[in-house]
Amino acid sequence: MDNMKMRAQLKGDFVEVKVLMSHPMETGRRKDDFERLVPAHFVQLLTATLNGKPVLEAQWGTGISKNPYLTFRLKGAKVGDIVAVTWHDNHGATATQDIAVTTA
Amino acid sequence: MQRRDFLLGLAAFIALLPSKVLAALWNKAAFESVLLNDASRHLDINAEIPSADIHIIAPDRAENGTIVQVEVKSNIANTEAIAIFVEKNPTPLIANFMFSNGAEPYVVTRIKMAETSDIKIVVKAGGRYFTNAKNVEVLENGCG
Repeated sequence: MDNMKMRAQLKGDFVEVKVLMSHPMETGRRKDDFERLVPAHFVQLLTATLNGKPVLEAQWGTGISKNPYLTFRLKGAKVGDIVAVTWHDNHGATATQDIAVTTA
Repeated sequence: MQRRDFLLGLAAFIALLPSKVLAALWNKAAFESVLLNDASRHLDINAEIPSADIHIIAPDRAENGTIVQVEVKSNIANTEAIAIFVEKNPTPLIANFMFSNGAEPYVVTRIKMAETSDIKIVVKAGGRYFTNAKNVEVLENGCG
């Protein structure tokens, strides 16, 4: 499940980072076709770093949509800087991806 | 065992236990609260000040509550965190974003909405809490 799609583009005085993650984000309340509850399975923590320095920490509940989407903005980042994103879910699974900042 | 070796071992041990530490970080009580007030209390939110400096962009009507895109920007100085709540969801706390080292107090994400409700935003800035809300009419439940 590490097929995270990322883009980091310099837009004027900030860098805009867009992330699309692949994750079912099950609430634990949905029933399958056989009326069985599908266990909760969701991303709980997401962290982002710029050149290794933490810039964003997010805690999530089950209310984030399936295949989570996120945009955030960084001041003081330059073309070539490395933005990394890591998530952890409630099953202990994790994924990390990084990308270099490009011009828009 | 030498004291130095012990300390190195301890450091390695700490480095190797991220998942437990992270599980401890996640605010279980707040995220599992079924009432908005309880969720807020578990985030230590008190005395919310209404603020038009919190900009929320979300649709007036959502055909399907499984994906509702919401954009939040805080123009409040020293914003440290943005929390997103959906008042009428089974568990109202959706997310809490904490910014540092030059991250702007800005976020776009997609959330689930069970029914027509306010999306409530709480911004933490300088140890105080500010709030704004935007109502979204939901035509089809997205919390299945």
